[in-house]
Amino acid sequence: MTDQLIIHGLDWTLKDGFVYPNEFIYWSIQIVMYPYMTGLVAGAFVLSSLYHVFGQKDLQGIARFSLVFSMALLPTAMLPLMFHLQHPFRGINVMFTPHFTSAIAAFGIVFSTYAMIVLSEVWFVYRRYFVEQTIALRSQPGFGNQAKRLLYNVLTLGAFDVSEPALAIDKKGVKILAAIGIPVACFLHGYAGFIFGSVKANALWMSPLMPVIFIMSAVVSGIALCMLTYIIIMEYKKLQATLAKGRGDESVKELGGVEMDVITKTSRYLLSFLVAAISLELLDLIFRGYTAMKSWDILRSVMFHDDFINIFILQYGCGNLIPFILLLIPRPSIKRMLLALVLVLFGVFMMRWNVVIGGQAFSLSFEGFMHYKMPIIPHSLETYKEGLFGALTVASAPFLIFWGINKIVPSLQKI
Amino acid sequence: MNPSRRKFVKTALGGGLAATLPLSALKMLSPAEAHASIGDDKVRWAFVVDTEKCVGCGLCVKACKLENEVPYDAPVTRTWVERYVITKDGKSHIDTPNGGRDGFTSPKIRDEVIPADEITQAFFVPKLCNQCSNPACVQVCPVGATFQTNDGVVLVDRSWCIGCGYCIMACPYGVRFFHPVYKTAEKCTFCYHRISKGLKTACVQACPFGARQIGNLKDPADPVTKIIMTQRVAVLKSEYGTKPQVYYIGFDERVR
Repeated sequence: MTDQLIIHGLDWTLKDGFVYPNEFIYWSIQIVMYPYMTGLVAGAFVLSSLYHVFGQKDLQGIARFSLVFSMALLPTAMLPLMFHLQHPFRGINVMFTPHFTSAIAAFGIVFSTYAMIVLSEVWFVYRRYFVEQTIALRSQPGFGNQAKRLLYNVLTLGAFDVSEPALAIDKKGVKILAAIGIPVACFLHGYAGFIFGSVKANALWMSPLMPVIFIMSAVVSGIALCMLTYIIIMEYKKLQATLAKGRGDESVKELGGVEMDVITKTSRYLLSFLVAAISLELLDLIFRGYTAMKSWDILRSVMFHDDFINIFILQYGCGNLIPFILLLIPRPSIKRMLLALVLVLFGVFMMRWNVVIGGQAFSLSFEGFMHYKMPIIPHSLETYKEGLFGALTVASAPFLIFWGINKIVPSLQKI
Repeated sequence: MNPSRRKFVKTALGGGLAATLPLSALKMLSPAEAHASIGDDKVRWAFVVDTEKCVGCGLCVKACKLENEVPYDAPVTRTWVERYVITKDGKSHIDTPNGGRDGFTSPKIRDEVIPADEITQAFFVPKLCNQCSNPACVQVCPVGATFQTNDGVVLVDRSWCIGCGYCIMACPYGVRFFHPVYKTAEKCTFCYHRISKGLKTACVQACPFGARQIGNLKDPADPVTKIIMTQRVAVLKSEYGTKPQVYYIGFDERVR
């Protein structure tokens, strides 16, 4: 029996002071990734909805891309949970016997509702394209083309009507779905915040502000990731155009102009959500200090001592303040934007880290501390799943999926 | 198109109903619902720990590990004993090496020897699941794999637990952990397999000093009920509103 013993958490928990024997860092890097990924999904969707619902014309260029990207992010929001569960194959039990007093129980339902909304919205946006492709590929010989035609044919779901009134209905459908999608996306993520905020045993997590903080930072990270990916793709296109036609070509300049325009306009939305997120987080911090409940002593020593660098230097400093200034300085450049966006994404990641890992940095006894030593080189399945490489697997998945999806529903060219 | 639409809607609705009605007659019961009938509701199991009697021998921890098949050398345990040494400067020095399983034979508390003339108080506090009346762990289980029996004991269904760890996070007392072999949430069950047959729990039976007692709160003649009714007892961390049902005699505010 002894050789197959796995004490979950033993590999990466360092204890210091008086800690109850059963306490370990049970929720590690994958639970940091989980709200991070759902946040990206929700944020990307909200960005696309700003155009579809509120008709923010300035977001037109990025709206379709962020919608497809949020579809690519969808399956990866589940991935960290699957990595984390001790019995991943039983994950489906949440759908069989949801226990609704639990915040996690709603996950299956909220997540699948949201997935259906995103999928149908993508369908409405691309229906005309599917029909056109089916017709265009009809005359093209070759197995590849015919397989593609079959795929597009199936994707049309038999709706071949591309007359003006039919397309108008499509547009209306997109608008309605995007409108329903916003609250659902916020709920999907807000409840991720609720999962933490409702744990009364954890002094750091328990706060009614938690869901709102999570939504705000989710939108921030989603917008930032969409902008970042957009920049990278546009730069790549520019490079291709430059190689083909030379630096001074009109098409290169045009691409650059479009890119800058989209990015500056989207950055305004990013800034306002960033301000909201920071204000709420600071409010939470100040309130805890001011009310100084029983747990404040240990929270203070975690925040201002053990996790000082993580919270104040990395999260608030590098992740919030510096990008905030970078985005505000007039005459933006792509390079500066790129740096600001990477820092924003890093800041939101650090916020998730400081909530999830920081919340377990102190013992329930308030007399001791636990330090998370993230497994880097895995020596078992457990240390892979809950270590650096597990997190990297999760982080790279959406880009791979996007690459695949984008071949079927091109989100970056005018259709 | 219109006439066929009406037909389509009709058929779709009819078909949908025909498909879902028989399904809705079958209902998937969560273990919590299925086990709702477990336990006699004329019984409410409760525990009394007399810290004045505990000498920290660790026999209860040993007995528990053996009885409940929690791997003996794994650093997790369903019950444990904490040692408190209070010094003149008002500081508490607390430890629980191996959960107190091998007793407290060394005067060292986490590599620190406290001079005897500095000590003002020293005592032991056994800990176990509080079998709360309002258990946070049951509330947060997403699949209903952990549930409360009619006689008040919180159990885990190992065949249904998905291993998310939410219950472990939700327990303010740190009594839950993942079983090193089954990889499901694990906790003290008041030795439910024993008490439901009229036996005492393994720890109660193993304690040579009578520091641990289990009884039925709904029976006024039960010795445990009498203690709770007539003596000054306290529970751990009442501020969480979980209504714990392990009562401590000789409680100290420094107990964590």
